[in-house]
Amino acid sequence: METLELTQEEQFQARIDADVRIEPKDWMPDAYRKTLIRQISQHAHSELVGMLPEGNWITRAPSLKRKSILLAKVQDEAGHGLYLYSAAETLGASRDQMLADLHSGKAKYSSIFNYPTLSWADMGCVGWLVDGAAILNQVPLCRTSYGPYARAMVRVCKEESFHQRQGFEIMQTLCEGSPEQKAMAQEGLNRWWWPTLMMFGPKDSESPNTAQSMNWRIKRFTNDELRQKFVDMMVPQAEFLGLTVPDPNLKWNEAKQGYDFGDVDWEEFWNVVKGNGMCNKERLQARVQAHEEGAWVREAALAHAEKRKQREAVAA
Amino acid sequence: MTQKEWPLWEVFIRSKQGLDHKHVGSLHAADAEMAIQNARDVYTRRLEGVSIWVVESTNVHASNPDDAAAFYEPANDKIYRHPTFYQVPDSIKHM
Ligand SMILES: [Fe+2]
Ligand SMILES: [Fe+2]
Repeated sequence: METLELTQEEQFQARIDADVRIEPKDWMPDAYRKTLIRQISQHAHSELVGMLPEGNWITRAPSLKRKSILLAKVQDEAGHGLYLYSAAETLGASRDQMLADLHSGKAKYSSIFNYPTLSWADMGCVGWLVDGAAILNQVPLCRTSYGPYARAMVRVCKEESFHQRQGFEIMQTLCEGSPEQKAMAQEGLNRWWWPTLMMFGPKDSESPNTAQSMNWRIKRFTNDELRQKFVDMMVPQAEFLGLTVPDPNLKWNEAKQGYDFGDVDWEEFWNVVKGNGMCNKERLQARVQAHEEGAWVREAALAHAEKRKQREAVAA
Repeated sequence: MTQKEWPLWEVFIRSKQGLDHKHVGSLHAADAEMAIQNARDVYTRRLEGVSIWVVESTNVHASNPDDAAAFYEPANDKIYRHPTFYQVPDSIKHM
């Protein structure tokens, strides 16, 4: 009789195909582990660096209400980073190493945060568009195959919807305001629209790892699928606001029940990825500075804990 | 400058209506007190809990998933541990 012995890797894939979550102590292929560490830590870095463009406006928010909301949102993003770093740590990555890779420029984070936030309307655009795009990316990841990652994403997604709504509310308030305020909103949309479309990553034809990631269920839709969804979702919202999406090729396509839209400037995309965006240097420098200036606090806290432990040992 | 990481702690939260503490994730902190404070900031920003436990991750010992089949096997064939195993006559109430 012929026995069908599944290899470890086949058993692993069979579990994924059956939607059984993979947990930290389960066997997994090295490539799965490595890809996940890269994906989760990049995501964590994006949350962390993502605090900077909005942090820029906390002291200048137009009212106490807006300031409190923005503070809460930025604090949430810090939390998202922490949930994700701890998910990556369950795969054997060390927090210090991940941060070192971010600070040395070896690790990437979402390019969107390398664009400057020039006006208050940008706080609207970031919440409405950038968090909107992040939600589209993140919701499917609540069903991702790696348990700790999926659980972190559930928490993140619960918190994101307030982020998008507060951004939309900022836009709506501006659009219902003076002509200057409405112009500010339009100008913000003009600058943020294309970079937001870039958030979904390169075209499917330029994204060689998509197939493997989909098989492993650490990615559940392709970049182009998500980009299309985003456009279809946002155009009616822009229309509601009375704003014009800055794309002359944008047109409803009855046959596909979705919008046709123009091509992203991929040269700009790769240029920012390679570190030459408007704020790449400033963002990294701010991160490194915060980390270095906090070093003495980290050391002092450890020394204090150590001393207290010894004192307790003597007393016992 | 010494680069030593703060230890890792596992965080368990009990919600207001919850009967038990549930694992929610982990974080780094220098000691237990700081771990609880950080857990409050990281995991209960929206009143998710009214009680927090933290355990240093190195103190958590877990069963081995590779042994799961054999390890839980003794419970497999003991259906008489469940009330549905027993036939109760229709005329008997409150059982
Ligand atoms: Fe976030
Ligand atoms: Fe967000």
